[in-house]
Amino acid sequence: MELKRLTISSLHNRIARGEVKAADVCRAALDRIERLSELNAFITVRADAAMARADEIDHAAERGDKLPPLAGAVIAIKDNMVMRGVRTTAGSRILFNYKPPYTATAVDRLETAGAIIVGKTNLDEFAMGSSTENSAYGPVRNPWDTTRVPGGSSGGSAVAVASGMAMGALGSDTGGSIRQPASLSGVVGLKPTYGRVSRYGLIAFGSSLDQIGPFANSVEDAARILGVIAGHDPNDSTSSNVEVDDYVKSISSDVSGLRVGVPREYYGEGLDVEVKGKVEASIMKLQEMGAEIIDISLPHTEYAIPVYYLIATAEASANLARYDGVRYGYRAEEASTLKAMYSRTRDQGFGAEVKRRIMLGTYALSAGYYDQYYGKSQKVRSLIEGDFRNAFAKCDVIVTPTAPTPAFKLGEKTADPLEMYLSDIYTITANLAGVPGLSMPCGLSSSGLPIGLQLIGKHFDEATLLRTAHNLEQALGADFTPPPVM
Amino acid sequence: MGIARADVEKIAELARLELTSEETDLFTEQLSSIIGHVEKLNELDTTDVQPMSHCAPAGGDSEYAKRDDQVRSGLGQELAVENAPDPEAGYFRVPRVIGG
Repeated sequence: MELKRLTISSLHNRIARGEVKAADVCRAALDRIERLSELNAFITVRADAAMARADEIDHAAERGDKLPPLAGAVIAIKDNMVMRGVRTTAGSRILFNYKPPYTATAVDRLETAGAIIVGKTNLDEFAMGSSTENSAYGPVRNPWDTTRVPGGSSGGSAVAVASGMAMGALGSDTGGSIRQPASLSGVVGLKPTYGRVSRYGLIAFGSSLDQIGPFANSVEDAARILGVIAGHDPNDSTSSNVEVDDYVKSISSDVSGLRVGVPREYYGEGLDVEVKGKVEASIMKLQEMGAEIIDISLPHTEYAIPVYYLIATAEASANLARYDGVRYGYRAEEASTLKAMYSRTRDQGFGAEVKRRIMLGTYALSAGYYDQYYGKSQKVRSLIEGDFRNAFAKCDVIVTPTAPTPAFKLGEKTADPLEMYLSDIYTITANLAGVPGLSMPCGLSSSGLPIGLQLIGKHFDEATLLRTAHNLEQALGADFTPPPVM
Repeated sequence: MGIARADVEKIAELARLELTSEETDLFTEQLSSIIGHVEKLNELDTTDVQPMSHCAPAGGDSEYAKRDDQVRSGLGQELAVENAPDPEAGYFRVPRVIGG
């Protein structure tokens, strides 16, 4: 059995009719995880718990019970979402032994909907990175070319779905951490509107930017997962009570008359020629299907990276203050005073990129610099949000590349943090404005690497993103299965 | 504007990070370079712009969802200390705070 050939959409009915056993699907996933362990996609695999859950679903099917919507779907969870009793590391040494006493709402909703949680996936430490090289548990490799990165920070989740270790996965996206690895690994990834999915149980990085979302092999499967995890949660006061659309139903409409905005700032210097070509070809497809293509401008785009690296690091420096060796995780042993224990624990427990961001955030918030850096960045964030408001007066959805290049080599950008930050140049704006963004594969480069296209929508209009993406996916009709690894 | 080594030492102190000498050197160079990049924001006149301090959902009733302030049970002492590196009788034990 090959998970890449199964869809969550078809699995439900096949299990209900007794054509497929959840146990066989789960075993296929576990075999694949073991066989492709060199990709290092998982930090923790729940083999026994997953098989036990699969058996429960098969028993329910045999009894003729009504099966929940994701019955038997094998799902992987980024290891920065907590699950009661299951080690959750956030890719950090500082949480090497943390067993959470509660479960994240999004994970809880997946389990209630019948999903089989197969394991916790590798990530850049505390979701800080664009290559999944910053993990204390080793880098993740791209199944399309194992000398290349899968993108990040949700690289493990992207690879698990791309290489058939899971049918879907959850990631988190603060500046592109779902969409950029989806692009580099050849899968669908969706960052919902800020507030669409509860962040309860997501280990916080940048709280005004973080959002949980799905990875899947098809737009329809992503729609199904989103439908389950979206909606208000009393445990997250920033989760919205705006009604959740029927995403699966919404994808069946066509794109005739849809106004598609193409922002000129996203097609300039630094964009790979092949990426540009594939994205423009997809725009032509949309036009052939009856969409109206509109030239738009998002004039403050060039300020997005500086704004992001002040706001995200400022929020991170506050959020990561809690890791001090007192209540959970790692503690440096040799310190004789409390203050020395804090400082030594944090120096030994955090990796270089996390320390760099804590330092930058602390600086941006420190007395004498607050107005100059943090205050200024909040004002420019307003201007970026305003760009989107103006654009969406003229169009219904925006099309851009997801990342400036296909997957880069391991080690290629690790020496220069700024160079790495630039790989999120097209994704960061959606987090700053709080709007939803989706990445889908739209072609392969001449060297056989996947290229991603990004759709950005209005607040809470995931339905239009998914509809546009589904229409384009059907029109492209391409198979994005990576070549066999080794 | 560059960042001096002494600035990095001060920030590390504020952030409770006991950096090694090599880390301090590296961060002095890298933070200067990043701060140089963010200075770009000064090109913009933001005198009359309101800061955006949170992402209030603009799609619906732009208000955050509220709930009644009702008493709910918490984690409880046993679970709260379960992950602690050095728990003792339901408490967190730490090195001495004063006079160390």
